[in-house]
Amino acid sequence: MIPVFFLVTFASFALLNVLPGDAADAILGGVDATDNPASMEEARQAIREELGLDKPIIVRYFSWLGDVVQGDFGQSYVMSIPVTELLLERLPVSLELLIFAQIIALSIALPIGIYSALHADKAFDRGVSAVTFAIVAAPPFVLAIILVFFFSVTWQLLPSAGWVPIDEDLGANLRFYILPSLVIGILEAPVLIRVLRVDMIATLQEDYIALARAKGMSTRYILFRHAMRPSSFTLVTVLGLQLGFLISGAVIIEQIFALPGMGKLILEAIDGRDALVVQGAVTFIAVAYVCINLAVDVFYAILDPRVTVGDRGGRR
Amino acid sequence: MSTATTANGRIARRKMAQAGDAQRPLWIRLGFVFWLAVFWVALITFGAVFADFLPFADPLKTNLSKTFHPIGQDGFILGADQIGRDMLSRIVHGAQISLKLAFTAPFISLVLGVTLGMCAGYFRGRVDGAIGIFVDSILAFPNIIAIMAILFFLGPTLINMILVLGFFGMVGDLRVARANTILYGEREFVIAARAQGASHLRIMFKELLPNVIIPVLALAIIGMSRVIVIEGILSFLGVGLPPPTPTWGKMISEGYSELGYAPHVTFVPAAVMFFTILSFNLIGDRLRTLTNARAGQI
Repeated sequence: MIPVFFLVTFASFALLNVLPGDAADAILGGVDATDNPASMEEARQAIREELGLDKPIIVRYFSWLGDVVQGDFGQSYVMSIPVTELLLERLPVSLELLIFAQIIALSIALPIGIYSALHADKAFDRGVSAVTFAIVAAPPFVLAIILVFFFSVTWQLLPSAGWVPIDEDLGANLRFYILPSLVIGILEAPVLIRVLRVDMIATLQEDYIALARAKGMSTRYILFRHAMRPSSFTLVTVLGLQLGFLISGAVIIEQIFALPGMGKLILEAIDGRDALVVQGAVTFIAVAYVCINLAVDVFYAILDPRVTVGDRGGRR
Repeated sequence: MSTATTANGRIARRKMAQAGDAQRPLWIRLGFVFWLAVFWVALITFGAVFADFLPFADPLKTNLSKTFHPIGQDGFILGADQIGRDMLSRIVHGAQISLKLAFTAPFISLVLGVTLGMCAGYFRGRVDGAIGIFVDSILAFPNIIAIMAILFFLGPTLINMILVLGFFGMVGDLRVARANTILYGEREFVIAARAQGASHLRIMFKELLPNVIIPVLALAIIGMSRVIVIEGILSFLGVGLPPPTPTWGKMISEGYSELGYAPHVTFVPAAVMFFTILSFNLIGDRLRTLTNARAGQI
């Protein structure tokens, strides 16, 4: 975990420092360079010195990392606001989207996955696997376009893009989230259905399920009391991985639906060459991903008392 | 297409060599849907390769009196877009970009992934640990953001896109290669080769690679569809190849603003893209099931 943290932070730091074009150019971008090249160069040097861009990359990396550990991601070059403030402002928007998306994905996946496993290889199961296969092939923006076409353009039920703060108007806020979280939820559900179905089929062949059936317990009781828990391991892992991935992976969805979340922030920052914002956001996401992985490990121990935390050394 | 058929052919020959297990010929067992997918990919590939020789309209020629021309009228078989360019021609020319990416980037991933994965699986120990950290870092790093940032700063040229997508696509190939190397690494033929004094390099190339490469090839075909999706996302976000080069993603995003007025400008390229991705997935999935079945027989 520790080496991963260093490698990822260094990569995100190096990415925007090694590549051509730095913040000085971005800040001076609006100024016309042709009339006085000498003073332009002077101004660039002054800015580079002020921002510490003239020091070697390793020195800058560690001084930046030292601040990051204390929760200080530096100051946005372009917007002149602390990066931490920007991140905290945008994070809730992404989290709200992700929570709704996960709720939708789970409420599609749980009933369908369980029913498919119970009736494996029957008509319904085959139908489900064909449909999920097709959905996996749909690029996120294509599904978004289809939903917008029907719900916003044709039936005019929901807004096609936009956002209102949650404390301003809760109803309007929720309406803006329906379509984007539906897109992510529908795209994520097939993966969840597949893993749940496979695990559930394996569990249902265990001896203790046969015993429960022999004792005359109802199918529903067996499913939720005996089979559900041991069948949800892969599901929990995938959910955790998706959560980490989607904090930034939702960038295309946030862009289409104009939600001002993390993904959109990074997109704007890349456009404006706002290196510290991109670094801060990438670092934040990478650390969140590592933490979620850790949380999944802990959750395993809760799901299955036989597992001790840190037991899965071989997993990669 | 060539790659899919050679992989297919190789598996077919192996299957035949094993004789006895197959009552029906392979091409029937692959199923109708598989051949439909192959046909679609072949059609798209044919159009893309011969786009300049076939009687299509100029994909860049605008005609402002024909803006948003509906499907199937006045020679516009798939209609015209917002500045009157022929949609069919643009789709065929857009296929060139998508397929150039699809037939290159996944194979860069494959070479990188198999090399690193086999090293990790063969040498184990510290090499495995170091490569493991590398893999975890790529996974923790938000990929689409990294791809966007790199392309933004290096410039969105086709070659940059191929290299970046190839690099970030290697994780899946690497894991499968590693797992299979470990699986085959303790088998008798490897131990026999080692007893004869074969070098590490020889064991890896002659003994392990032929066994490791097949499941990775099936994965690479699925990687082709992933590359097409990412190109679409990049174009949609405005960091793809610069205009006027037609690409499917760009056509979809350009049509999106007039979705209500002329839906075909968005939906036609979206459908073509969807069926292409679906076809690559189907082909890869079928081949993977075949290779899995083979692994199960051993």
